[in-house]
Amino acid sequence: MKMKENTAPEFATGDASAIKKRKSKLNRLHTSDYVFIGICVVVIIICLLPLVNLLARSLSGSNYLIRNEISLWPKGFNLDAYVGVFKESEYRWAFVWTVFLTIVGTLLSLTMTTLCAYPLIFDKLKGRGVMNIMITITMFFNAGTMPNYLLFKQLHMLDTPYVLLVPFCLSVFNMIIMRSFFYGIPDSLRESAELDGASFFQILTKIYLPLSKPVIATLALYYAVGRWNGYSDALMFAHNNKKNWPLQLYLWNMLQGQSNIDNPGEYKVGYAEQTKAAVVMFSTIPILCIYPWLQKYFIHGVTVGAVKE
Amino acid sequence: MGAEELKPSEPSANYGLPTKKLKGHKTGYMKRYWQLYVMLLLPVAYFIIFKYIPMIYVQAAWKDYKLDGTSIWKMPWTSKNGWKHFIDIFKNKQFINALKNTITLNLLDLVVGFAVPIVFALILNELRMKKFKKTVQTVAYMPHFLSWVVIYGLAVQLFATNTGVVNNALEGMGLSRIGFLDQEIPWIIMYILIGIWQSFGWNSILYLAAITSINPELYEAASVDGAGRFKKMWHITLPGIRPTIVILLIMSIGNIIGSGFDRPYALQKPLVLNVSEVLSTYIYKIGIIGSKWERGIAIGLFQSVVGVFFLLTANKLARKLGDRGIW
Repeated sequence: MKMKENTAPEFATGDASAIKKRKSKLNRLHTSDYVFIGICVVVIIICLLPLVNLLARSLSGSNYLIRNEISLWPKGFNLDAYVGVFKESEYRWAFVWTVFLTIVGTLLSLTMTTLCAYPLIFDKLKGRGVMNIMITITMFFNAGTMPNYLLFKQLHMLDTPYVLLVPFCLSVFNMIIMRSFFYGIPDSLRESAELDGASFFQILTKIYLPLSKPVIATLALYYAVGRWNGYSDALMFAHNNKKNWPLQLYLWNMLQGQSNIDNPGEYKVGYAEQTKAAVVMFSTIPILCIYPWLQKYFIHGVTVGAVKE
Repeated sequence: MGAEELKPSEPSANYGLPTKKLKGHKTGYMKRYWQLYVMLLLPVAYFIIFKYIPMIYVQAAWKDYKLDGTSIWKMPWTSKNGWKHFIDIFKNKQFINALKNTITLNLLDLVVGFAVPIVFALILNELRMKKFKKTVQTVAYMPHFLSWVVIYGLAVQLFATNTGVVNNALEGMGLSRIGFLDQEIPWIIMYILIGIWQSFGWNSILYLAAITSINPELYEAASVDGAGRFKKMWHITLPGIRPTIVILLIMSIGNIIGSGFDRPYALQKPLVLNVSEVLSTYIYKIGIIGSKWERGIAIGLFQSVVGVFFLLTANKLARKLGDRGIW
């Protein structure tokens, strides 16, 4: 750590041999380094193994599965399960419907979050304090599942698609993340635009939104993942109309149907193991594809929210 | 506040020029600011309708809920001075069991799982290869982005008694199969482990962020004094992230009686309902499926009151021990 003091001048002079020396010093690993690396490798394996297993199962021949021969590598490789899943109209519908819900829900949530966060950064806005208190209270006092249910019942929202989009569209936590990002944009930008006669709406669309791409990406990820992964709101408030079911609820019913063979009820029994694996796999692929690209954004979001909390 | 708007004109006011412009300021204020109010219309409506109106329904915990369209304010109070539903739930064995399970599972989560993201953050911080560190992070955050239904699906593939990979391996080694998800004690262990698997990476982000804000000079000074790597971890890094640890600890203690719905509901199976039924899933079953709305509301209310009590107590304790607490 002592050498840290020297590094800056070394880089400044561009002395190649000094840099090299520093690098070799850094690269010398102690025993404890190997222990840490070893632990991290184990962590990676533990995190990935279940997914590898799932993938192997979804790609294997069903007779191998029945004989319990599959662990990490597919045997009797085929894509039948995936083809079969896509042939099933119920699954196809659930997939398309969830994509739709996720896109509409994310757009709605982002709009609401922006509309709530942006006006609150103006110190001179009258009523801002009241609004802040009103929002903070909802973070500590939440009426809970049943009062929500009764409200939705009274509003005739139960078993409609609206109940999956509107009631939980604005997250206070995410609003705070966005607001603190807005606070980070220098006031001078805003003030000079005001002097030039720009309206507040123009300032939002021309200055704040273009500068806020990282936070918008983060929140879009949070909202989209939340909608894509959510099943409890559909289970509680939209259960009676199967057309409204998002993919996760459909999936849950399918997995459950298999474990309740004694009491199948309305659920289909006897999905092939392979099909189940394929459906689970397919339900996560969109998220697994998106999230690594947004990593540098969402880490920032988490920490900002935590500091402001 | 509106007067501050036109700061450039203030000096002129000081020179005794017309002061009655104030009224003009007010209309000017609205003229400038109306757009912001229009923007706030939808969020305000949202908070009132979906956050505050449900609070009105909380009073149903003391009332006989009627579906014939009478206003909630006019519904009659229940017997026993209005406390019938509360007395009912505390006499109910299923409720007591759900309460017990909630506390047990949350306590185990706290005792077993709380330190894992801290240790993980400490280890990540010691990694010197940037690329490797980033890979580890990407992979470790991944489970947080899986839905609980999918995680249940993964768990079944691995741990199911007759078809799970782990059980196949056990049998291959000549051991007997274990009902990881079908027996009570193994289920509890799996519930805790799966919870850690899902959240440790994500929760480490906060600690990592706290570590980066520690003054590097402290480490340098410690090296000069001859402190080794582990000494530095123990005497600098850990105390440096202590405020973050305390805040998260207070929050988990405040949540000791609360629980999310998605995790227990996705993981519980009929065979292990005795240990897996928690308050949130019980409220759903008794309230929405069983249509005993008032009881569901009463349990929810009990849960939040106890939650606030624990939060305040934990916060007070933390402050007594010299930490800042959450406020």
